[in-house]
Amino acid sequence: MTQTDFYILLPLTVLTVWACVLLLVDLFIPKDRKAITAFLAALGLAVTLGFTLTQIGREGTGFNGMVTLDGFSTFTNVLILVSGLFGIALAYGYIKRMGIDRGEYYTLMLFSIIGMLLMAQAADLIIVFLALELLSIPLYVLAAFARPNLQSEEAGMKYFLLGAFSTGFVVYGTALVFGATGTTSFSGIFTAASNGTPSLLLTIGAALLLVGFGFKVAAVPFHMWTPDVYQGAPSSVTAFMSSGAKIAGFVALLRVFATAFPSISTDMTDILWAMSALTMTVGNFVAISQTNIKRMLAYSSIAHAGYILMAFVSYGNKDVVSISIAAGLFYLMTYMLTNFGAWAVVISLEKAEDKGLELSDYAGLAKKYPALAAAMTVFMLSFIGFPPTLGMVGKFYLFRAAIEGGFIGLAVLGVFTSLISAYYYLRVVVNMYMREGEPVTESEPWLGFTTTVTAVLIVVMSFAPQVLFLLASTAVFKLF
Amino acid sequence: MVPVDYYIVLSAILFTLGALGVLIRRNPLIIFMSIELMLNAGNLAFVAFGRSYEIAGQQPFFTGQIFVFFVIAVAAAEVAVGLALIVEIFKTKKNINIDEMNSLKG
Repeated sequence: MTQTDFYILLPLTVLTVWACVLLLVDLFIPKDRKAITAFLAALGLAVTLGFTLTQIGREGTGFNGMVTLDGFSTFTNVLILVSGLFGIALAYGYIKRMGIDRGEYYTLMLFSIIGMLLMAQAADLIIVFLALELLSIPLYVLAAFARPNLQSEEAGMKYFLLGAFSTGFVVYGTALVFGATGTTSFSGIFTAASNGTPSLLLTIGAALLLVGFGFKVAAVPFHMWTPDVYQGAPSSVTAFMSSGAKIAGFVALLRVFATAFPSISTDMTDILWAMSALTMTVGNFVAISQTNIKRMLAYSSIAHAGYILMAFVSYGNKDVVSISIAAGLFYLMTYMLTNFGAWAVVISLEKAEDKGLELSDYAGLAKKYPALAAAMTVFMLSFIGFPPTLGMVGKFYLFRAAIEGGFIGLAVLGVFTSLISAYYYLRVVVNMYMREGEPVTESEPWLGFTTTVTAVLIVVMSFAPQVLFLLASTAVFKLF
Repeated sequence: MVPVDYYIVLSAILFTLGALGVLIRRNPLIIFMSIELMLNAGNLAFVAFGRSYEIAGQQPFFTGQIFVFFVIAVAAAEVAVGLALIVEIFKTKKNINIDEMNSLKG
């Protein structure tokens, strides 16, 4: 192991050591003072974030081409670490209130984040597989964390079975890709695949990998687990899972397809097109009939996976690939902020025994808690893509990239399904402002902090999105 | 010597059987065994491809074998979590049938 190898994985190494030590330290922290564990975990993430920020602009590969460091990995690492920090902020009061205040919550979260960071830096299918498992296995446990609550256990079980099922597809897909090209490194696959005609084995392998990652990002038709798991898991876990795991899944999809499989893009484009269109449509239409806010947000998260998939459809087209991937990254960031904000509001209203999760429980929120209702309105508008929010800018970039790639039909469908989605998002707003009710919220400093920060960022950054889009474009610039 | 194609056909059959098992069976333990079958189908394909590249003299042929070790190790970790989840559900419900896990729907 040389110094360069070490430097490339520096943030990841720091966080791994931190998580292992925290696991031991947690044993000596008394049961009623688990706040210390939360603080230490957050500190670890902050330190890692600091190391990641020093890597801006640095590039290289390490461990014989197994891992890589580039603008793209640094950008997504920052996104993942920030979502980890938000995840801890949401969990801090919530797990205490729900009586599941166990220290391993934070350690498991750190391990999952390590997997996500590794995914962003992977340059070989072996690492992709390892990272996928490292990020998934702690999430299975976290989904069932509210045991002996039956719903949470069921959520964990369903997530585990379907997650392991998708792992089978990833392993077999990787085996076929290895068979077709004789290597598992992205650059090796790229070289072997661009010489001569693409083999059937490679295409089938890539399709199986797509199925595996499709499960992870909850794209239709591999979305069946999402509503159940998102509803059953503790809300703070769902918030983290729907942002962090989605970012990691899309990062994997992007790395594998854009850097290893450009030669079979003609076969893949139609499949990705259909997946994106189906995901947007099914997610938004089914969300309309939901009355439970967690379930509604789960379908909304499926729908948003469809919008992000739009950025991948033109991945084989050299002229537009950078701009559309940059649009995808930008949208991931937008989605992350909006999602955490919305879940923070959900957690403020949630009571023990799954009370306070129906849409009717939001009635009258505006009269009693005007600030919270205003923040929720911002998040809902951002999900729809309504100005002045970041969601509107994100959708604008995505649709523009789709049109430049020649997929006008997909962009039209995106606008149409966004209009449909306005119905169920605005229903929440209508409930808050126009119905009478007596909602009771929990006021916790970190929940308030998350709500305020995300709401302010979503509105303020929408006035200067070029700065962020420039960051995203610089991040993907070197990738191609 | 047995040609590599035979191994790949066998692994494809195993993979299909595993995937069908996941979709058809109702006991999480059996479903989990089917998932293991899928993973091992991948392992078989890896080893067979690795061996065929080794015979062809192409470097680095050992990638296939190494991957199998990773898959086995990760599958063991998954078993630990999966069985723990099944035991937890059994303690709560005294029953682990998948069809009766219906407290979440909509």
